[in-house]
Amino acid sequence: MKPRLEWVIVACLAVLSLAACGKQDSGSGASDKQSSLSGTIRIDGSSTVLPISEAVAEEFAKAHPNVQPTVGKSGTGGGFKKFANGEVDIIGASRPIREEEDALCKQNGIEYIEIPVAYDAMAVVVNPENTWCDSLTVAELKKIWEPAAQGKIMNWSQVRAGFPNERLVLFGAGTDSGTFDYFTAAIVGKEKASRGDYTGSEDDDILVQGVSRTKGALGYFGLAYYENNQDKLKLVAIDNGNGPVKPSRETVLDGTYQPLARPLFIYVNVKALERPEVAEFVKFYIENAGKLAEEVGYIGLPDNVIALVKERLERRITGSAFGAHGSQVGVKLEDLYKLEEASEKSAQ
Amino acid sequence: MIQVASTPQWRARERRREQLFQLVGALIVLFALTTLAVLLTKILLDGFARLNPEFFSSFPSRRAENAGILPALVGSAYLLLLTAAIAIPIGVGAAVYLEEFARRNWFTRLIEINITNLAGVPSVIYGLLGLQVFVRTLMMDRSLIAGACTMALLALPVIITAAREGLRTVPKSLRDGSLALGATQWQTVRYTVLPVAIPSILTGVILSLSRVVGETAPLLVIGAVVFISRLPDSPASPFTVLPVQIYNWTTRPQHAFQENAAAGIIVLLVLLLTMNALAIYLRNRYQKRLPI
Repeated sequence: MKPRLEWVIVACLAVLSLAACGKQDSGSGASDKQSSLSGTIRIDGSSTVLPISEAVAEEFAKAHPNVQPTVGKSGTGGGFKKFANGEVDIIGASRPIREEEDALCKQNGIEYIEIPVAYDAMAVVVNPENTWCDSLTVAELKKIWEPAAQGKIMNWSQVRAGFPNERLVLFGAGTDSGTFDYFTAAIVGKEKASRGDYTGSEDDDILVQGVSRTKGALGYFGLAYYENNQDKLKLVAIDNGNGPVKPSRETVLDGTYQPLARPLFIYVNVKALERPEVAEFVKFYIENAGKLAEEVGYIGLPDNVIALVKERLERRITGSAFGAHGSQVGVKLEDLYKLEEASEKSAQ
Repeated sequence: MIQVASTPQWRARERRREQLFQLVGALIVLFALTTLAVLLTKILLDGFARLNPEFFSSFPSRRAENAGILPALVGSAYLLLLTAAIAIPIGVGAAVYLEEFARRNWFTRLIEINITNLAGVPSVIYGLLGLQVFVRTLMMDRSLIAGACTMALLALPVIITAAREGLRTVPKSLRDGSLALGATQWQTVRYTVLPVAIPSILTGVILSLSRVVGETAPLLVIGAVVFISRLPDSPASPFTVLPVQIYNWTTRPQHAFQENAAAGIIVLLVLLLTMNALAIYLRNRYQKRLPI
């Protein structure tokens, strides 16, 4: 009776590998039409940029079936580390490269091209039953979220004279997310400086549920989450000194929704760009990022900026237009135009 | 003392205490089961509608309704096979050596302590180790084989411990009998000890491999990708696995992706339950055949 056991195992393994192999064939079966490009393109980096990269990779793989684009998710910081080690060809970044990351790239002889691909905006939201708060100034947001507010600012009446006596319940991004980094930098003035007595989660759905069920709630997260839950939330306009502005495609692009909008980037290794499949992929990325970014919930760059970025790629202009200073609050389209000036200068 | 203990009042009080304890115990069980039931019901309600053939035969997509788990499922299967191929021989071999051949001295005790400690190390640490050793130093890149080596390290302590427990349950009389008939130690292990111990060894192996199937953190660290357009065709291919795919879907704002994640969780649950059921089945089936 002993062989029975071995047969059970062999049978299990055989079924598993057969299943795997069988699917394998059907997967590669459609691959012998058009496109002579082949190879693997390794993409990694920010989880914020990931949905765009994933969409671009999906479309690119359809057009070039022999090319295998893979997209990883190790965060902007982790991504830059791998990028500086030459382990990946392209990384997504939710902020410009930092000085030390730039230095590491230089040290390892890695040159890069910085390419903005979309805009991301953060939404500040309250419960739909909240009738008193239509807009908040940046100073009021700071008063609510700064570390000194912990245990002190607990009621809406403390936020602005005239707000009712209603308990203030806060929901925000978890401390590991890029959203948290950017929000604290933009509102409090220092990255990662935040009060700790709020419900923080990496899972934005939990935040949406929390705000939609608590009358005195206030929360912040990516605009896409608001757009997918408009019936449960009320959007708050942000007043940055020039009157209240609500986040939308228009206000983000014309730079009036500040400071809670930021550009997203990809960084491309110049050496990898010599491979035809990578060059084609990056070109494809720039051309399609606008449309695909909108599809996955971000704001696409306007055509004139895309044209500028494309030129930058063709002329192989390396380095960061942001001086490799990391997260900068209030980066507007004007800054992207400065990309062009910078490129003109370095071309001369 | 006995007189006091047998008074009716004392007995009544103790009976009340016992009833109270039973009630508390039952409430705790009820709480745990209700939580589990609520979670399972929510997952089933959210994900069941997505469980159609296309879901199993499609690649990930930005459109939730077109997205599928094929590369994740195949990646998980390959990873499982490769991990088993690496971890089982090493793990069982180490257990046999430690239990049957090695002398008890400070060195084997040191090894034992280390193995027990390794079993308690958080999995993400194995990921960091794998990233440095397999991905970078041994230049395996972000490949299936690098993932399998890392997962094998993760599974080894459990396999070794379980296999040693299994070997220990083999009665000494069997070994003595075999040796008395003139068998060498190797022959005794091969033909007498291992066949008897195999069910419990197998149980340990399957349980630790089912942990491998459910692991996410170390694979994210060594660089399992979240989007892939082709299935892995060699151990050097990039790969993704079910838990990583589920994790990726749960972080998307669109509700349809949450449904995909729920469906993926159902598939993962079924896979894990099947593996655990197989472990129990094998144990029960072969334990009855003990020749003693």
